[in-house]
Amino acid sequence: MTVNVGQLGQAVAVRPTGIWSWVTTVDHKRIGILYGVTAFIFFLIGGIEALLIRLQLFVPGATLLTPDQYNQLFTMHGTTMIFLAVMPLNAAFLNYFVPLMIGARDVAFPRLNAFSYWCFLFGGILMNLSFFIGGAPDFGWFGYAPLTDRQFSPELRADFWAMGLQVLGVASLAAAFNFIVTIINMRAPGMTLMRMPPFVWMQFVTQWLLALALPPIAVALILLTFDRHFSTNFYLAQWGGDPILWQHLFWIFGHPEVYILILPAFGMISDILPTFARKPLFGYTFVVYSGIAIGFLGFIVWAHHMFATGMGPVADSAFAIATMLIAIPTGVKIFNWIGTLWMGQTVYKTPALFAVAFIAMFIIGGLSGVMHASPPADLQQTDSYFIVAHFHYVLFGGAIFGIMAGAYYWLPKVTGRLLDERLGKIHFWLMLIGFNLSFFPMHFVGLNGMPRRTYTYPAGFGWELMNQLETIGAFIIAISFLFFIYNVIKSVRSGEPAGANPWGAGTLEWSLPSPPPVYNFATVPVVRSLYPLWGGPNDSRLSSTQPAAAPADVHVHLPKPSYWPIVTAFGLTLAAAGIIFGYVLTGIGVLVLLASIYSWALEPAS
Amino acid sequence: MTSFRNGAVRVGLILIPAALLLSACSTDPQNVFDARSDFTQMIADLFWQIIWAAIVVFVLVQGALIYAIIRYRRRANQGLPPQVHGNTPLEIAWTIAPALVLAWIAVPTVQTIFRTYEVPTGPDVLTIEVIGRQFWWEYRYPGNNVVTATDLHVPVGRRVVLRITSDNVIHSYWVPKLAAKRDAIPGHVNTLWFTAKETGVYEGQCAEFCGLQHANMRLRVFVQEPAEFEQWLRRNAQPAPEPTTPEAQRGAQLVLQGTCAGCHAINGTNARGRVGPDLTHFASRSTIGGGILPNTPENLDRWLENPQAIKPGNLMNVVVTNPQERQAIIAYLQTLR
Repeated sequence: MTVNVGQLGQAVAVRPTGIWSWVTTVDHKRIGILYGVTAFIFFLIGGIEALLIRLQLFVPGATLLTPDQYNQLFTMHGTTMIFLAVMPLNAAFLNYFVPLMIGARDVAFPRLNAFSYWCFLFGGILMNLSFFIGGAPDFGWFGYAPLTDRQFSPELRADFWAMGLQVLGVASLAAAFNFIVTIINMRAPGMTLMRMPPFVWMQFVTQWLLALALPPIAVALILLTFDRHFSTNFYLAQWGGDPILWQHLFWIFGHPEVYILILPAFGMISDILPTFARKPLFGYTFVVYSGIAIGFLGFIVWAHHMFATGMGPVADSAFAIATMLIAIPTGVKIFNWIGTLWMGQTVYKTPALFAVAFIAMFIIGGLSGVMHASPPADLQQTDSYFIVAHFHYVLFGGAIFGIMAGAYYWLPKVTGRLLDERLGKIHFWLMLIGFNLSFFPMHFVGLNGMPRRTYTYPAGFGWELMNQLETIGAFIIAISFLFFIYNVIKSVRSGEPAGANPWGAGTLEWSLPSPPPVYNFATVPVVRSLYPLWGGPNDSRLSSTQPAAAPADVHVHLPKPSYWPIVTAFGLTLAAAGIIFGYVLTGIGVLVLLASIYSWALEPAS
Repeated sequence: MTSFRNGAVRVGLILIPAALLLSACSTDPQNVFDARSDFTQMIADLFWQIIWAAIVVFVLVQGALIYAIIRYRRRANQGLPPQVHGNTPLEIAWTIAPALVLAWIAVPTVQTIFRTYEVPTGPDVLTIEVIGRQFWWEYRYPGNNVVTATDLHVPVGRRVVLRITSDNVIHSYWVPKLAAKRDAIPGHVNTLWFTAKETGVYEGQCAEFCGLQHANMRLRVFVQEPAEFEQWLRRNAQPAPEPTTPEAQRGAQLVLQGTCAGCHAINGTNARGRVGPDLTHFASRSTIGGGILPNTPENLDRWLENPQAIKPGNLMNVVVTNPQERQAIIAYLQTLR
């Protein structure tokens, strides 16, 4: 539809409502909200799984969970947190804010964007259905062959896992291509690559990583599916296959995946700190290039997950040195964030608190990461709780703290209302204390020889006290999130109106009203600097006047809502589910898929 | 607030290394710093070097961060701070600094990597085959006809080479104080070597998730005086002794003619199963069930009555319901010294 903003401003302001409008939406902002809400629900599910795990480990020899239940829970905790919580939470920010931050009216392929979301939702549901049908996957999120092969995992669990991941992979791949094109092609006039906000840059690198890292795991999963269903022997040593093949394919995806999870948080922090320190990001170009460097290096270090497999001294040395190299660009980033705070006047509102805690926690995760980079030392650390401590400092202390900083920072833009500062600070302190109480002792218990992924442990090994502290910490984290949930509900209902730019930020999204209109920018802005809202008489930090976005008499071209994305995603999921429930379903799924792709292609764009 | 934060920071900066040192001094059964072999000592020395580098970096960077947080927070409306965009010499300096720290770690790391792969050879080396099972460890002493499970016996002061593999899923052999860790992978043979410094019993377990009972795949290493070890090896190379008491004879009949022999081997009898542990010298082992229960008649009785109740998911599905039969089997197994 074509909207004449000057004449129809009123009509546009009235947003479509009702469930059907959400199902058919192709608006990147609504898709962002869908991603955020869905991923947060999965995050809570993953959190409950973690609490059950921690309860079981509170005392040695506990029988709260059966071994089978425990193994399902830790597998699904890892799978859920990585694929259904952190990745899609990042995607929520990606979808909602990248177009706003580059001055675009939408993404390059709005219907493909909706398709991504529905694939994510259906893939997540398919995976979690396994809890109700024959048990959830029980071989770890890394799914090492041959434990996942039919011989050792005869039930449907590995099929749920493989097919769920394939559908989720399609969701991420589609989004990756969509946003690579969007960021390259749809920037506002004057927004050169080196004027893009750091968050856009880091998401840009992340989308490249996704586009390049997902195919290897798709191949690995296809080989696994062939092994399981068509009696091939890719991973079976007794028939000439090799289980190490799985590990290479998996970690060629799995290591870049770590940066897929954390790079967006790097970007968030790099946008949030300057706003609250009231000065530009220190060394913007270095932050950008170090992000690109991390992206490249992320692809040449996968085998550091495999030091205990005995690859030989040359491979071990090469991967050790490559891994250590990653600490350099990462260190550069940390120094630049500290440099941003240095000489600044940081206002410690909740987003800034989460942002600085992110840096502090990430330093710890980075240092233990360097320890793992040394293969001989890793022979003692790997598969112990020391590793669990390390990656939770990176992925919880890093990614989740970053995402929370982002949530407190950007939610007012989404809802139009501020969050409560007092509740936010309670959330922050509880989460910081709970997090450290839960994960710091894991360093010690790991060095004291406690292996990970065990449903129980013997008494008398010096592990009891640390496990108890960890469990208490986990519950403090859980309580902290109740404050967050309450805060969001309260804010949406009765929060103070946020205005266009509550923090005095300098990037483009804050020039729009909160929440932004459906068409984003009535007039496409012209960008002349990294912080278009800063400097000059209208600097948003100096006065409360908002940059006027006077609706000009222009034609805004908006794509039409469509139900083909959800039907296509459903057909794809059905085809995948057929591998689990019977090939007839695959046939039906493929037919639905083909019909919907056809209809999608022929549907008028507007 | 400031003094509280400063205090908290100071306490944190002291506590963390202190706790690390404390945990390092621990003599808990699986502490990785309590090295009792040349192999683990080599790793611990390298690890300490890395840890000290990490502590120094931690204190400096975390200190700078906390200083910036406290010193440069906004106090009053002072107008805008200087709008600094960056400083190229500073950027280059703090790119080079971590590179130097990493070089400091990388050199000894690479040296140690090559040392870990220098598998000792020669007539003096004791080679033992280690096979990961679901969910227990099998050991074979080549040339000696000795096959045993869970308990590894080695002599003190002699080079030991473990040749580790698996014929099912991937396991990982881990004895924190003696041998660190190597994966047991189907189709691959990995080596791990060590020279134990002192006699004693060392705990370990499987470290790679291998299925339902991964948690209960434990092991023990008995480091013995050479003479004591030789004696153990000679006795374990012998066929199983014939049972003498009537009850033990009845037990032998139940074991050898029943289903037990399908999965277990007893050297010198017709029991040649290879699914479960070799029982030839079963009574000389310290534990049953893959290291989870002390090897006592009471525990054996519980195990035979229902092994799945004790370790669900292990491959032993045979249940001996008749208490008298269980007693007879136990009497026989206890003669297998």
